[in-house]
Amino acid sequence: MQYIKSSSPQIGVILIELNRPEKRNALNNAILKEIAEYLQYLDADILVKVVVITGNTQCFAAGADLNELAQHDVISIQQDQRPLLWKSIDEFSKPLIMAVNGYAFGAGFELALHGDIILTGDNAQFALPEIGLGMLPGAGGTQRLARLVGQQLTMRWAMLGEKISSATALQHGISSQICPTALTVQYAVELATKISKQAPLAIRVIKQSLKSIHEITLSQGLKLERQHFVWLAATQDRKEGINAFLEKRKPEFRGV
Amino acid sequence: MDYQTIIVEEKDAVGYLTFNRPKQLNSFNETMHLEVSSVMKAWAKNSNIRTVVISAEGRGFCAGQDLNDRVVDPNADSPDLGLSIDKYYNPLIKLITEMPKPVICAVNGVAAGAGANIALACDIVIAAKSASFIQAFCRLGLVPDSGGTWFLPRLVGRAQAMGLALLGDKIPAEQAVQLGMIWQVVEDEMLKAESIKMAEHLAKQPTYGLSLIKKAIHAAAHNNLDDQLLLERDFQRLAGRSNDYREGVQAFMQKRTPEYKGC
Repeated sequence: MQYIKSSSPQIGVILIELNRPEKRNALNNAILKEIAEYLQYLDADILVKVVVITGNTQCFAAGADLNELAQHDVISIQQDQRPLLWKSIDEFSKPLIMAVNGYAFGAGFELALHGDIILTGDNAQFALPEIGLGMLPGAGGTQRLARLVGQQLTMRWAMLGEKISSATALQHGISSQICPTALTVQYAVELATKISKQAPLAIRVIKQSLKSIHEITLSQGLKLERQHFVWLAATQDRKEGINAFLEKRKPEFRGV
Repeated sequence: MDYQTIIVEEKDAVGYLTFNRPKQLNSFNETMHLEVSSVMKAWAKNSNIRTVVISAEGRGFCAGQDLNDRVVDPNADSPDLGLSIDKYYNPLIKLITEMPKPVICAVNGVAAGAGANIALACDIVIAAKSASFIQAFCRLGLVPDSGGTWFLPRLVGRAQAMGLALLGDKIPAEQAVQLGMIWQVVEDEMLKAESIKMAEHLAKQPTYGLSLIKKAIHAAAHNNLDDQLLLERDFQRLAGRSNDYREGVQAFMQKRTPEYKGC
């Protein structure tokens, strides 16, 4: 992998660092492909429980690669592989935590919005600056953001390209926690470690249930949640969880 | 570099910024804003400067906005005073409060309007006995700016803040100390020596730790206790990783004076 670094700071936790600092981690096709393919690989690895994605302390990802974008005309952009790459990131089935320090602009912001949980350093800044280039966000920026924060703010931010501070992101539910920049990755890994110790099957259906809220109606969602609930009743981990509680000990989940 | 409106000196890890328009009681015009902000921005990034001292030439400290400046001409259409606040005053207050090192203010004489609030934005304010503070805004139909309405109630409580801001009385330095508005009053002829002494002391201290203390105290103004306790934990984690902390503990064990590098 040329543009991303991978490590395992804790058992079951994979930390992916975007590593194209000279381009402020701009998300060109190559780096996006590496992320998507690596996530697919991690999805199949039973020992991997949670993935954290981060950039560096100055920059999460400063947008897409404008040189690549400029080369596309209306015909060639129809065969662009990027939508498929984004889709495969979206389909990652395990918890995905984004540790965002510094700039997360354009595609960088949209990558962050693919995370299930976002932690921001106090220097984090989000923006959708595409409008300044006569474009619109093309990887879910208008959709995911509007679902998170509503129409009013998304219209403003997408139409003006205004910068969004870490505090504003927390206030509107884009981020779930602000950390001192130097501690963001540590805290994201701590959070990932806690999640990695939970019952994996329950974590899986929690993610599925939550991600369905933007796809289906409430009554369908409630039905789906109920199905997951019933399905979990057949798992060993649920028994273990309840027994451990009654016996006042720590549960040991095995993912079965 | 040559400045028209300020004097700048860097000595023993201390940056001395002195307002130098004594005839206009050091009131701010555009040039002065630009000069002050360029110096403060450079010092914020310069790790060789570990304490900043703001003071002034002549008998006054700072009279706030220069009312002769063309941007506040009352004979033109209604001026948009918000413009100069956006462009100059607010960024200046943030430069002071977000400076990652202590900022001392030595108030030599009258500090009026924005001049008073620039002083109050500093971390430690020492005033000469003959100095005074005036929230002059109310006398012109204006509102205390440059953080005045934010600093005052936090420094002296709402009752005193209201009195100060609505009446615009001249508050002598000794009363300002009694109110808790500033740190210390010294004899006029001692002001310079005392501020240098304090600056030289602070410039030898663990600067990174001091910057975290400053940040924590500012955050306390809008955090609840739970959030502040978490922030203290975070900052202690960061401070514990610093070289100065190691040096401090080692020096204590070895019973010697620590030599801090500021990081």
